[in-house]
Amino acid sequence: VAVLDIDICGPSQPRVLGVLNEQVHQSGSGWSPVFVDDNLSVMSIGFLLSSPDDAVIWRGPKKNGMIRQFLSEVDWGNLDYLLMDTPPGTSDEHLSASTYLSQAGLTGALIVTTPQEVALLDVRKEIDFCRKVNIKVLGVVENMSIFVCPCCKRLSEIFPATTGGAKKMCEEMNVPFLGSLPLDPTIARFCDEGKDFINELPNSPAVKSLNEIVKTKDDEDSLPASVV
Amino acid sequence: MLESVKHVILILSGKGGVGKSTVSTQLALTLKEKDFKVGLLDIDLCGPSIPYLLQLEGKDVHQADGGWVPVYTDNDQKLAVMSIGFLLNNRNNAIVWRGPKKTAMVRQFLTDVCWGDLDYLLIDTPPGTSDEHISVMESLRGIKCDGAIIVTTPQQVSTEDVRKEITFCKKTGIPVLGLIENMSGFVCPSCTECTNIFSKGGGEALAELAQVPFLGVLPIDPRVGTLLGKACVKELPDSPSAKTFNEIAQKITT
Repeated sequence: VAVLDIDICGPSQPRVLGVLNEQVHQSGSGWSPVFVDDNLSVMSIGFLLSSPDDAVIWRGPKKNGMIRQFLSEVDWGNLDYLLMDTPPGTSDEHLSASTYLSQAGLTGALIVTTPQEVALLDVRKEIDFCRKVNIKVLGVVENMSIFVCPCCKRLSEIFPATTGGAKKMCEEMNVPFLGSLPLDPTIARFCDEGKDFINELPNSPAVKSLNEIVKTKDDEDSLPASVV
Repeated sequence: MLESVKHVILILSGKGGVGKSTVSTQLALTLKEKDFKVGLLDIDLCGPSIPYLLQLEGKDVHQADGGWVPVYTDNDQKLAVMSIGFLLNNRNNAIVWRGPKKTAMVRQFLTDVCWGDLDYLLIDTPPGTSDEHISVMESLRGIKCDGAIIVTTPQQVSTEDVRKEITFCKKTGIPVLGLIENMSGFVCPSCTECTNIFSKGGGEALAELAQVPFLGVLPIDPRVGTLLGKACVKELPDSPSAKTFNEIAQKITT
């Protein structure tokens, strides 16, 4: 598996995957991605910045150039899955991803939302974008769905699903609803610290849900894939 | 057409989903409650949230001799709003534009809208440091911009991006009016235990590190997001959020 972080202005993958201060090396065969594990590599502009305060203040064409370089000059090796993490929006980065990969084959898009209408409002547009540029919507994941108080176990909706949440939106937009991930503050902390919450928090309801979602998608797809 | 606007304030973040638009609308409503004439410009072209948050979806933008007439929240015309959301035929339609087209739209919003006499124009931006942000800075050259308010959540994954936004401000000469730490702690309505769902203190720590003012903390309060067009300071006056919005309004208006 490889993760390509095409959020040029706000690259988060180096931190979340625990490889924040790693370097990218160049060789005859191109750039080497950073390896998180034997079978997980990542590329991000984050590795090319010399300081956490460095801002990438680029207009669209320059961002597109970077994304093209990431796709054509990184020595990914043989991959089962290439996941591309995108910034919010329906603009240059998203258009470039779909254009540059149109020849190679883009399996589809996984869309992440939170339950409240102000998020769904943007996600409906994201689904419309996918349809306009012929990207198959593999499904929608509802993140941060419910919070369980660690003290009294009461369930709270942090982001109230006043319009039915992702499930209802998926029915209306005719796209698969893949599942909900509850809020787990420990996962948030693990992301900040770059720790592997999948393996270290196997009993977290969010991790269990995530494993279910991945299992479903893995059963369905049997070919090498790139996913936005 | 910003000659009669006394103060221009940008609302920025490096990160998406931190509550920028909610903070922008509540700040605009707070200033309106204090009897200021306010404008709210939504330059998030891909994900315009302001019309929904102010319950103005479906309203039309009209053309006058001088340019576009903004949408007013009510008859007293104390809060004027402009967003690409008003120009969409269908709320599900995506704006699939590359940078140059977005730049042109942002410029139009700043030069062709008849804002009239405003005390404060708040500009809500999308996350990032790209076309929209560069264009707004270029269009505001020559116009006095008070500065930027930056919104973050407490986690490092958020403050890491917000650090870059602060750099953007420093490089483009926008004063940073201050940082707000949003979604900072959740008090369970049952047992009043406070859980720091998205960590705590990251915003305050970043403000100190970057040497910018810290404007305050907003806790996670699910009621605020559902207020839709109503001012938190009026509807939930005893809430910690109302207290913070009042304090921020006080700081930016003195």
